[in-house]
Amino acid sequence: MARIGVFVCWCGSNIAGTVDVKRVAEEAAKIPGVVEAVDYKYMCSDPGQNTLRKMIKDKNLTGVVLAACSPHMHENTFRKAAVKEGLNPYFIEIANIREQVSWVHEDKEKATEKAIDLLKMMVEKVKKNKAIEDVRVPLTKKALVIGGGISGIQAALDIANGGVEVILVEKEPSIGGKMIQLDETFPTLDCSSCIMTPKMVEVYQHPNIKLYTYSELEEVSGYIGNFNVKIKKKARSIVEKDCTGCGDCWNICPMHKNVKSEFNVNLSERTAIYVPFPQAVPLIPVIDRSVCLHYKKGGKCQKCYDACGPKCINFDLQDEIIEEKVGAIVAATGYDLMENSLYGEYGYGQFKDVISGLQFERLLSASGPTEGVVKRPSDGKTPETIVFIQCVGSRDPEKGVPYCSKVCCMYTAKHAKLFAHKVHGSQSYVFYIDIRATSKGYEEFVRGTMENEGAIYLRGRVSKIYEDNGKLIVKGADTLSGNQVEIAADMVVLATGVIPKKGSDKMAQMLGISYDKYGFYTESHPKLRPAESSTAGIYLAGMAQGPRDIPESVVSGSAAASKILGLFSKSEYEVEGTIASVNKTTCVGCFYCRRVCAYSAISKEEIKDRNGNVLKVVANVNSGLCAGCGACVNACFSKSIDLKGYLDEQIFAEIKSLAV
Amino acid sequence: MKLAYYPGCSLKGTSFEYEVSLLKILEALNIEIQEIPDWNCCGASAAHSLNHNLSVALPARNLAIAENNGFEEVLAPCAACSSRLKTAKYEMGLDDILKKKITDSLEMPYSNSLNISNMLEFLINVAGKEKIKSLVKKPLSGLKVASYYGCLLVRPPKVMKFDDPDRPVSMDELVALTGAVPVDYSYKTECCGAINSLSKPDVVMALTGKILYDIKEHGADLVVVACPLCHSNLDVRQREIERKYAERIGLPVLFITELLGLAFGFSPEELAIGGHMVNADKVLKKIS
Repeated sequence: MARIGVFVCWCGSNIAGTVDVKRVAEEAAKIPGVVEAVDYKYMCSDPGQNTLRKMIKDKNLTGVVLAACSPHMHENTFRKAAVKEGLNPYFIEIANIREQVSWVHEDKEKATEKAIDLLKMMVEKVKKNKAIEDVRVPLTKKALVIGGGISGIQAALDIANGGVEVILVEKEPSIGGKMIQLDETFPTLDCSSCIMTPKMVEVYQHPNIKLYTYSELEEVSGYIGNFNVKIKKKARSIVEKDCTGCGDCWNICPMHKNVKSEFNVNLSERTAIYVPFPQAVPLIPVIDRSVCLHYKKGGKCQKCYDACGPKCINFDLQDEIIEEKVGAIVAATGYDLMENSLYGEYGYGQFKDVISGLQFERLLSASGPTEGVVKRPSDGKTPETIVFIQCVGSRDPEKGVPYCSKVCCMYTAKHAKLFAHKVHGSQSYVFYIDIRATSKGYEEFVRGTMENEGAIYLRGRVSKIYEDNGKLIVKGADTLSGNQVEIAADMVVLATGVIPKKGSDKMAQMLGISYDKYGFYTESHPKLRPAESSTAGIYLAGMAQGPRDIPESVVSGSAAASKILGLFSKSEYEVEGTIASVNKTTCVGCFYCRRVCAYSAISKEEIKDRNGNVLKVVANVNSGLCAGCGACVNACFSKSIDLKGYLDEQIFAEIKSLAV
Repeated sequence: MKLAYYPGCSLKGTSFEYEVSLLKILEALNIEIQEIPDWNCCGASAAHSLNHNLSVALPARNLAIAENNGFEEVLAPCAACSSRLKTAKYEMGLDDILKKKITDSLEMPYSNSLNISNMLEFLINVAGKEKIKSLVKKPLSGLKVASYYGCLLVRPPKVMKFDDPDRPVSMDELVALTGAVPVDYSYKTECCGAINSLSKPDVVMALTGKILYDIKEHGADLVVVACPLCHSNLDVRQREIERKYAERIGLPVLFITELLGLAFGFSPEELAIGGHMVNADKVLKKIS
């Protein structure tokens, strides 16, 4: 026989202002099975919880219904209180009479009626509740970090320093990501490589970090605590353990023309056997087989092999597949920049001196193609006038993307500042839509560029760029003065918008995490769970989630790491017990459920007789993966799947309670 | 294929040279066209800034008549006309409700299926470069010709779907077929000021002046266009611009059809080249 206690919360005047809580309690007391119904000002307060606990004990309750705020708020609070009195937490039900009643209705009479109805439903439901045990999943205490940019590096170091083994996978031959390409960083103007390389070296030397560069994730299966990953280690054509990074091979490589350096964003050339930059980690070259003469001319050229002291070049090396088992994953796959040729009217690709912001970084950098001297790509002359154009592709729903790329205001101000420092007497013009400089020291930094360095900021967009007598004529609007302006510039720098790394959608599909329409990974909750993906055990960091600057990327890397260290601090992972379960007697094995499951939680299970003959194949729910969404329940034709805590009989009982 | 010809107002008036030369070269190309019967205004200039429905309905009526007369392809030599016709087709293609509204108002069946070409598209896609080349009897060797596209021939790209909106080359290709040398310069698609010629002539003179002086600087002998309004600004206003900036330009402005006509061996008189304001005689002596 059910013994149910009902508690009606006032939530101060939040509920009591619109709902007659006394009447709700009186009506509740009349429902068969309810042993006592009370109202209380704040059920979530300590005295409120004590009332609940006391009644559970005194009246020996079998179920509790609270008419209160959304279960998202305090379900856990009340469940914990119930557990302390020895009641299974899933015997607590909440009728949401705040968000669904008092906050959205005005008529007190009708609101009270609705509150009573919702309460009745929950009383009928709780009568059918069954005890549910939370699921416990074993944990493999090892993490995988995808992406060796600043956020991935930060995540890997923090996890490793917490005493947990980390596997760091990077697609490129060296870690460092985009940050290592930058010259100086805003707003402090510290040199990017000076602050980045120590971290890169730390990763390489860390006893807890296993680094796979020039490698890509091939396959991911499993679930939180128990992921199986396959990593493709692409053939470098170098026996890594023997290589000393001396450089004899790349210095002798005859392919030193026509292959553009990715690191210098096409502003210089590199050899076929190369390290992307001198401080690369690891300092082990890679042979680019698509251009290497050895591969293209049937093995004729082997100059690098001949020059190599330790003879560590092996032209026949093949890609390797490495399998690893990990308990958690950080997706820090980074970003790309939009096609600079997106705006044909700006002539990128047509005019050599129209370059991208990242290219300008390389021109400023001491390790860049011009060794830090600002020179025009067309004729090598030092430009005296540079026009910077912000929002190229960002905040442009017509041609580009509607969102703000966040970093361009700041790096453009930095570019103008560094240009003024490097070329005295020079002039910068900056076309902008709005200046967004909202972090610590940012506004002052932009102000400084305007006031101390004399950069002229023009609010408006550029309509077209022409070439005229070796000058670039930049035509645009100055919307503050209402005039059209024309500037004869020596160079134009485009602040091209940020987009997710190419292939991030494929990566998200491989990991089984959700991503937005642009391809940025989406957080489990945009405010309260910003480091977690939609899938348990997979965490997010860096620009793969959306545009952000270096400090934010570092913070997000650390956040993902702390989540993983927290997860690994327990011996097992606990999952809420409200998951799907299959009635294996009635399941016909059509696996329609598998097609609708967004979490890949359903697998095939063979039912065998004692001789090992397969009798039938049925669906099996992996409790580590199931999120309890209920999609399979709806999809099942034979009604063989039920969602614990939301059984059909419970739902029908709720509906029946409303029958007049 | 039955080809419809939509002349629009300019080709029957201020730009009669465009029609005369067009008909001449079509004769040489052996392409037959028929004027759309009872055609009306395309809605350029005024309608599309004032009344959206009207700006679609006006060109749609012309297209509907052509369709109901069994035509499959329309040639609209005027850049503004082709722009209006194409825009109407594009908008009705995107919006079924608009299409129904417009079709109802036309009171005749209309399926929005006609292919519409501007002059350059027509010459390249319908007439064909090979055929044009084969008809060149009098190559215009030594003549340096700048092609001016203006705004409407290649823009907006999603409607026009023809040539590069920022760096078009189709007219230069046609120029090259005649044996003349195409001249590259910066302002090929820059605005000439268009219809502001009537309301704000100063603006037009500044814009058109810039284009003409740039062409001059790049050493062209003459300019070709495929738009009556461009022609009017570049040709009719040229003397005034010279006076305003006190620097001689002296660039004859021909329609692309006239240039092709010359290469096909027609005389300047047959092509009505004498109708322009800037005298082309001196330049044309280079090739005679």
